Amino acid sequence: MIRSCTSGRRLALPALAALLFAFLMLVMGRTTAAAPAAVPIKVGVLHSLTGTMAISEVSVKNATLLAIDQLNEKGGVLGRPIQPVIEDGASDPVVFAQKAQKLIQEDHVVTVFGGWTSASRKAMLPVFERFHSLLWYPVQFEGNECSPDIMYSGAQPNQQILPALKWALEMGQKRIFLLGSDYVFPRTANLILKKHIVHDGGVVAGEEYVPLGGTDFSAVIAKIKLAHPDVIFNTLNGDSNVSFFKQMAAAGMPPSKMPVMSFSIAEQEARAMGPALVAGSYATWNYFQSLHVGTNQAFVAAYKAKYGSDQVVDDPMVHGYVDVMEWAAAVTKAGSTDPQAVRAAAVALPWGWGAMGSIKFANNQSLYQKAYVGQLQPDGQFKVVWQSGDPIMPQPYDQLTFPGKSCAH
Amino acid sequence: MTELGLVASQLFNGISLGSILLLAALGLALSFGLMNVINMAHGELLMMGGYLAYLAYRMPVGPWRLPLALLLAAAGAALFGALLELTVVRRLYGRPLDTLLATWGVSLLMQQGARSLFGPVGVEVTAPDWLAGAIPLRSIGLPGVELPLVRLFIIAVAGVVLAGLALVLTRSRWGRLVRAVQEDRDMAEALGINSRRVDLVIFMIGTGVAGLAGAALALIAPVTPTVGQSYIVYAFLVVIVGGLGSLTGTAAAALAVGLLSAWLQVFTSVSLADVLLLVVVMAFIQVRPRGIVTRLSRALEEA
Repeated sequence: MIRSCTSGRRLALPALAALLFAFLMLVMGRTTAAAPAAVPIKVGVLHSLTGTMAISEVSVKNATLLAIDQLNEKGGVLGRPIQPVIEDGASDPVVFAQKAQKLIQEDHVVTVFGGWTSASRKAMLPVFERFHSLLWYPVQFEGNECSPDIMYSGAQPNQQILPALKWALEMGQKRIFLLGSDYVFPRTANLILKKHIVHDGGVVAGEEYVPLGGTDFSAVIAKIKLAHPDVIFNTLNGDSNVSFFKQMAAAGMPPSKMPVMSFSIAEQEARAMGPALVAGSYATWNYFQSLHVGTNQAFVAAYKAKYGSDQVVDDPMVHGYVDVMEWAAAVTKAGSTDPQAVRAAAVALPWGWGAMGSIKFANNQSLYQKAYVGQLQPDGQFKVVWQSGDPIMPQPYDQLTFPGKSCAH
Repeated sequence: MTELGLVASQLFNGISLGSILLLAALGLALSFGLMNVINMAHGELLMMGGYLAYLAYRMPVGPWRLPLALLLAAAGAALFGALLELTVVRRLYGRPLDTLLATWGVSLLMQQGARSLFGPVGVEVTAPDWLAGAIPLRSIGLPGVELPLVRLFIIAVAGVVLAGLALVLTRSRWGRLVRAVQEDRDMAEALGINSRRVDLVIFMIGTGVAGLAGAALALIAPVTPTVGQSYIVYAFLVVIVGGLGSLTGTAAAALAVGLLSAWLQVFTSVSLADVLLLVVVMAFIQVRPRGIVTRLSRALEEA
């Protein structure tokens, strides 16, 4: 997935505090256990609450807790309240793995919602496979992975980057310049894109990578000028985007003159960067706050009521929210919280109708969902300018790039 | 844009990058080069300059907000530098490793402080409208080549700061004291110079320049709690290549590194250019361990 972590040295104190807090909660939980009320179902919520990734992950944690609150208001699942056990991944894949094991072994959670970077997911994967537990991962990523113990609700490459390519070609933008941060998601995404651009009659006008956190784009911009692309496909990470858009504007190429399609800029990032800087650029997601689909407007209103009217909602957050709702539906269907039974029930659920409109988990444990192209407006919201017809079937392995590979388990 | 245009624009980009590196390194060149203090919090002082610029931008001063931002950033960072010198650095002179650790701790505190005060999300500092354009070079036969005003402004700021520092160091009484202490601390003290006070002033000027640089660089880069980290490595690189204690060397090194980096990026990718740049610098240090300009200094001799 797009944003990745770079530092883990700031974890000691918050981790200690979190541990102390968890311990207190445990002790308090024990003392109230004698009450006759139904025994709560414990679920883990594991996101970075400190460190570089906190900016993105705290809001996903908030959306996850909102879903749990809403379920509890209606009596929980199987007649039992849901009790979230919140842990801090501290933007460090190693901590993610440790905390996942702690949640499963010590807290006995029945499932875990969490993760953001691909590095954090890869670190947690062996833990969930060893204990045959179940992780719900809410962020779009590069595909090429298909664990039986992970539910992937974020977009697969064929649900985000390929629809964006389809849009560009339909708009007559044939010369495509690929620009990304230098790590796994942009490299894999562009590998897939290059195959499809050539296959569909487009031209790769250029391909450039900048180290994570890089702030100088002078040479890249000179190469863009030389290449005369119709559109730039941007998989830059976080802060590099600020430098890129500032220096593009300074070089006389604001988004209004040179179309940019970004895969890491959603409502949260646009707000952080200052919408004025990126207004007019495009993004492809499976969800925008401005969508009038399903129960989205009620979801947005509930989120703002809980966390403040100045808050915005974006794609990874709604995936975190939908994950909890689908988990609850699967538990109800299975009549059990056993991870194996829940997984089997989750992919057998009928089409759901919620904040994202029509969605359904496919047999490969990824989500059927639509793709939307939005243009960023000066107020920081996206205006939908294109959408895929029906919800797109998720494909973890792109058949043009990795022929013959599939989810076999 | 033509091939010739690419060469021309990369020449300009090299100078622009050189000016950015020079701004990032000048403050360090003073504290590291003249006082032999390894200030790991230097990047965070640049970051602080960016946030001070952000605060200045929120004041209702209209077109004067950019000059005000630069001034406020310089003054604020210099004051913070004084505080840092009096409370931490002063107590650790002659203990370079302890200084390194202590200032690294300060850098962590500053990052977390920025995060607590302004949030983990960056703040917005944009160039004013009068810096929004670019000068086209079409008329002199280079169609498609444009010199962005923001980058020209940063080159100008770097030039003015460098000239100002050179003037102070070579022409003023304070500059004479600084050079005297740098060349031979004991002798200077024997002649009645309060070397502690000189140290304080150098450190304040160094941190003030860092704050000013941070405000200027915020025009083309983000302002986040961790942005200092992206400058610190290049700042050390430039100071070491330039040669300790020499502003001329620092300026030459910044320009050389900027031009080399811009040139390498044309033929390779940005990532690979970084690697090749470090290889070249390592090779250069093997040949000239004391940098481009070698200064004779008893203080640095002993270190």
